[in-house]
Amino acid sequence: MMVTGVTKRISAIKFAMLSPEEIRKMSATKIITADTYDDDGFPIDMGLMDPHLGVIEPGLRCKTCGKKVDECPGHFGHIDLAMPVIHVGYVKEIKKLLQSTCRSCGRLLLTGDQAQEYVNQRDRMEELTGDMFESSYISAESAKDAASRTTCPHCSAIQLKITLDKPTTFREEGHKLTPKEVRERLERVPDDDLVVLGIAPSVCRPEWMVLTALPVPPVTVRPSITLDSGDRSEDDVTHKLVDVLRINQRLRENRDAGAPQLIVEDLWELLQYHVTTYFDNQTSGIPPARHRSGRPLKTLVQRLKGKEGRFRSNLSGKRVNFSARTVISPDPMLSINEVGVPDAAAKELTVPIRVTDRNLAVAKELCSRGPAPEGPTYKPGVNYVIRTDGRRIKITDKNAETVAEAVEAGYVVERHLMDGDIVLFNRQPSLHRMSIMAHEVRVMPHKTFRFNLCVCPPYNADFDGDEMNLHALQSEEARAEAKVLMRVQEHILSPRFGGPVIGAIHDHITGSFLLTHKDSSFSREETMKILEKVSAAKLPAPAVKSPTERWTGKQLFSLILPTDLHMTFKSSICQKCDVCKKEKCENDAFVVIRGGQLLSGTIDEKALGAFKGRILDKLSRDYGSDASRAFIDKATKIAIGAITIRGFTTGIDDEDIPNQAKREIDDAMTQAMIKVEEHISAYRNGELEQMPGRSLEETLEVEIMKVLGKARDTAGQIAGRHLGLENSAVIMAKCGARGSMLNLSQMAGAIGQQAVRGERLSRGYWNRTLPHFKQGDLGSQARGFIKNSYKSGLTPSEYFFHSMGGREGLVDTAVRTSRSGYMQRRLINALEDLKVMQDGTVRNTASTIIQFLYGEDNIDPARSVQGDAVDVDDVLLTVLGDTGELIAQIQEKGVVSYGIQDRDMLETPEDPESEDETEFDAGGGEEG
Amino acid sequence: MASKSTIEVFTRKGVDEKVATILVENGYTYTKVARASEKTLRKIEKILGERKLKQVLNAIRTKERAPKKKAEKPLKKPKLAKKDLPVKIEALNSAEKKMIKMLDKSGKMLPRAVLNELSMRIEGVNLPDKLLVKVLDLACERFEKHIIDPNESVGIIAAQSIGEPGTQMTMRTFHYAGVAEMNVTLGLPRLIEIVDARRVPSTPIMEIHLAEEARNDLDMVRTIASDIERTTVIDIADVETDISNMEVMVRLDKRKMERKGLTPEEVHKRLSKAKGMKGLVDLREGNIVVRCDEPSYKKLLRLSEDTKATPIKGIEGIHRAVIRKLGGSYVVYTEGSNLAKVLEHEHIDKTKTTTNSIMEIHEVLGIEAARNSIINEASKTLEEQGLTVDIRHIMLVSDLMTNDGDVKAIGRHGISGRKSSVLARAAFEITSAHLLRAGMTGEVDLLEGVVENIIVGQPVTVGTGAVNLVWSPAKKGGNKE
Repeated sequence: MMVTGVTKRISAIKFAMLSPEEIRKMSATKIITADTYDDDGFPIDMGLMDPHLGVIEPGLRCKTCGKKVDECPGHFGHIDLAMPVIHVGYVKEIKKLLQSTCRSCGRLLLTGDQAQEYVNQRDRMEELTGDMFESSYISAESAKDAASRTTCPHCSAIQLKITLDKPTTFREEGHKLTPKEVRERLERVPDDDLVVLGIAPSVCRPEWMVLTALPVPPVTVRPSITLDSGDRSEDDVTHKLVDVLRINQRLRENRDAGAPQLIVEDLWELLQYHVTTYFDNQTSGIPPARHRSGRPLKTLVQRLKGKEGRFRSNLSGKRVNFSARTVISPDPMLSINEVGVPDAAAKELTVPIRVTDRNLAVAKELCSRGPAPEGPTYKPGVNYVIRTDGRRIKITDKNAETVAEAVEAGYVVERHLMDGDIVLFNRQPSLHRMSIMAHEVRVMPHKTFRFNLCVCPPYNADFDGDEMNLHALQSEEARAEAKVLMRVQEHILSPRFGGPVIGAIHDHITGSFLLTHKDSSFSREETMKILEKVSAAKLPAPAVKSPTERWTGKQLFSLILPTDLHMTFKSSICQKCDVCKKEKCENDAFVVIRGGQLLSGTIDEKALGAFKGRILDKLSRDYGSDASRAFIDKATKIAIGAITIRGFTTGIDDEDIPNQAKREIDDAMTQAMIKVEEHISAYRNGELEQMPGRSLEETLEVEIMKVLGKARDTAGQIAGRHLGLENSAVIMAKCGARGSMLNLSQMAGAIGQQAVRGERLSRGYWNRTLPHFKQGDLGSQARGFIKNSYKSGLTPSEYFFHSMGGREGLVDTAVRTSRSGYMQRRLINALEDLKVMQDGTVRNTASTIIQFLYGEDNIDPARSVQGDAVDVDDVLLTVLGDTGELIAQIQEKGVVSYGIQDRDMLETPEDPESEDETEFDAGGGEEG
Repeated sequence: MASKSTIEVFTRKGVDEKVATILVENGYTYTKVARASEKTLRKIEKILGERKLKQVLNAIRTKERAPKKKAEKPLKKPKLAKKDLPVKIEALNSAEKKMIKMLDKSGKMLPRAVLNELSMRIEGVNLPDKLLVKVLDLACERFEKHIIDPNESVGIIAAQSIGEPGTQMTMRTFHYAGVAEMNVTLGLPRLIEIVDARRVPSTPIMEIHLAEEARNDLDMVRTIASDIERTTVIDIADVETDISNMEVMVRLDKRKMERKGLTPEEVHKRLSKAKGMKGLVDLREGNIVVRCDEPSYKKLLRLSEDTKATPIKGIEGIHRAVIRKLGGSYVVYTEGSNLAKVLEHEHIDKTKTTTNSIMEIHEVLGIEAARNSIINEASKTLEEQGLTVDIRHIMLVSDLMTNDGDVKAIGRHGISGRKSSVLARAAFEITSAHLLRAGMTGEVDLLEGVVENIIVGQPVTVGTGAVNLVWSPAKKGGNKE
């Protein structure tokens, strides 16, 4: 039966050390033979595969608990060690204990008062800070203090110096201490003195750090694998235990037979080595134990440690069922909160449905369809049925009917995914919470996951072969939570900066630009085509009635805006003139929306784009996420309609410039090179004036860079003069769809200086970059300046230089991902426990107050207006209306904030000094 | 006699027993003598004579001075502090006062930032009270709508918001915007540096604002800059070793000296004070000669190197000072940082001068300053890369790092290593050490955090996991839970 009502919680986990008695007590059997299986392939009793330790083969029963595979958790055994052996993990502690306690009476080398003082200090520290870390310092300090004493204050015995030969040998003034002696000394330390050293005597006696019995983990922990050839391959831990047992046996025999001391000691050391590597096979100072093949064994510590260890790989993250992964592809006809699931995947992913009296008929119907319902349209079937007694029945085409009849209330039916189900959708790397969002399922033919393009930015997805994961939710609570908190529309505003992360991209932006720019208008037929995907749009009266009926794009766009929307902002195409002409802008860049009517301005990236879209921002904050979702769906559909009507393409001929311009660019380049030569000869003749704080060489470099940078800009300007808004590439760059004017000027004008580490290229050969140049040539061509454009083509040496710059970019990206990944892991680990309490304070798990009021104003960054608590301009505009005299007075003051101010969310301000790295983010196709 | 112990106090300090007896018999205790004013001292002088008094005072004073100062300090400090603390919060303006009154009436609240924004707009505009109330009401309504939910896992959101743009940042160190001649670590490396709470940043930089009298006077600014910039002998002279005479010849460069405002005498004075050169430095015809006192070439070579590196002027750790014009007045930027020493300079605007070394700010100005410095540096770094990250996220990280009065790093040596949960620490780094230690000290993991609960497989304690909804349907007896 499923658990109902309150679930139980583990309230705490206590850690302690195992005593030899405990090890023996919890042991199911003592292990004495190193052999595992007999000749018939059966496990040997009291061997490492003893059936008392649990079962790994199906069909067999555990001899201890009588359960079968998967039911029996396994049971520990133990090995009695012939001689005591030191536990590697605790050598440092043992050393500390030996040094700080008396060699004869075992007491701590501090007087009672001194010890008490340290204990008090620690208690006080713990009380004040609650910090385990700080108090452990004090224990360490007390141990250090005690270790510095040369005579025992209790029995006046003189103390000898104890040193540690790594990894596990202790020496007292050069004389070797056997583990046995060490253990005897540790036994003498009284409980009360342990407290001072930070050891809890209730859970740990120091002599337990010297092992006399070794627990043998259950076979379930170290299952053996049967290879295809029928041979058994044992787990690494088993191998190591075999080693321990073998040496243990030999040691016991030799000791009992009274073998010479030397031989016994050698064997004892060997046993120590095996036990040490059994715990940690990467102990420094000793060679790691190896498998026959030469591969180092993976022993206990290796199993837990690191990224592939138990903690990070199996406990903090787990593999799951009910998930799917496939290639993604775009589908603009889906809503942003939908995901297209291939029918093949939908039939594998299931959702459990609890059968009640009310849905009995439906459940039966589903069951009777079996696991692969036929038909022209997709119909969900059922893969498994779970009966009231918990038995799971697989449904096949044959038994579908019979099982369906048996279904009754209390059964659970695992139904296929169907339209409208809530699933989680994810793309790695999951850098922020928008990397996993809840979508509604739309089962579709073909084999890829499909989703709306507006959701690409939060997932950082493209379609060059990206794959994504999908998880079918299994409980009602999970579905409810996903629906309320994780749906795509709830994540339109990013908590990072309080702006939209979901919005129009690429063609959507070009489309809306073409739709709304200036007086673009459409005939009735075109209008109908544009609006056909947008439901419930009532066509307004045409703006132009004769000679033919025509609707302006602005009219069409207004149809999808809420009727009470007032907004004013500048578009991406804004030229940033000194004096803004506002509504009379000749570029149509001043957007005015009043009462849901787009009165002027062009709708482009600033209005709709992901990261920048003003309208999206306003809508999702003030009109709710569903309204915002509907708007994005409609806006992108209209935009796509518009771009389809007009047609839009770009090609290399978009960068065509007249021959006259080419000559001008050539001239500019030659001029620049002459200037560079002048600088160089000035430098050679010692006439160059040194800049303060720079060497002569540096000054020259700066001057040359300046000249060449200017040359590229001039080339870009010359080319730009011939690239107008009728040019598709320019449209894309200007409205923010893709690319920049810099990219264009590099294609049409000149590429410019290539740089590595922010300097001109200089390395390669002796005093020159390539053998094509003379040694010591400082000229522009020899140091990586490219005067050609991408269109005109590069000379061989230019091409080589370009590759050099490009390679740096690639290396940079590779290094950056790992570095920032680690930083984020550390940040997450440090901050994960912080939460806002009911009283508004931010606290960690120890209830320490980190902030008295979250963010000093208690505002959720995701709900904030780009960081501000309230959009003051909007409040004033709403209360005062947009025509009154008061608002005019206020606006006249020119205090601008969010309403009109330009605040870019993602764009780096164009830095004239930064080199052309923009070209690298265009090629995302490294995916396999 | 009660005075026996009093005498002992004197003798323990090294005062002659006889003298002590005289003093005590005359009614002078140790503290009285030690803190005696001029007047009482003269009285004692009459009793003891000048020589003996001096002996007594020498014995006492050296050891007594310190506690005396200590006793006075706490009295003096608050007075000073109040006067010197710059008021950084602007006083409420009339519009703000008015709005606060209105809000009080309706029992609502708005943060100062919002009120200030509003006041900037309505100042001078004749807005009727009726409308203003409406404006405030709407602002309050919007404000309340934007308040964060309880139990929100703000930590994770902050960490993601700062970590996610990391992939978009550059690795290169660029030139500082505005100061072209200086290299500054920017982008991801700088962010990691801040989060790591490194002792010294890889490129320490100071921005020194100047006092009013100096900030517009270029000549004065130049002298200040040269006062601050560390100048060594090699910066102002050519140093040659003269093997035949076993000397180090320092040929002073007059032009360079002039620029630094130094005279040969000053340099001579400095050099002769340097370690291992006492009495070996001569001024000869406008140049300086350092003689070697041993006939050893090795020593001569070392002497030459020492001479070259001898500081003449400036503040330790500051390699270069550059003057820039910033908004009408001059500002000195330095490579290298030494906040404590720079603040001692008299023509410095102490309220504006900063460094990018967070640890230095912590040491000199305290933990609150360090907290602000982390916020400023981190948001500057992100902003410079063109990435917008809400300040609240950065504030949270900074507040966590400085929570216990010490700047702690984000990572195994700082916050993560100090978590109360064993499992959380084991899951982060150095797994085995944490587990072994936990067994020894008998630690108890209370499973209050996030990872711990994920590890044991139960709902986490943040967000929706922090609350529980229990519905117990009324049973027959109507017993409720």
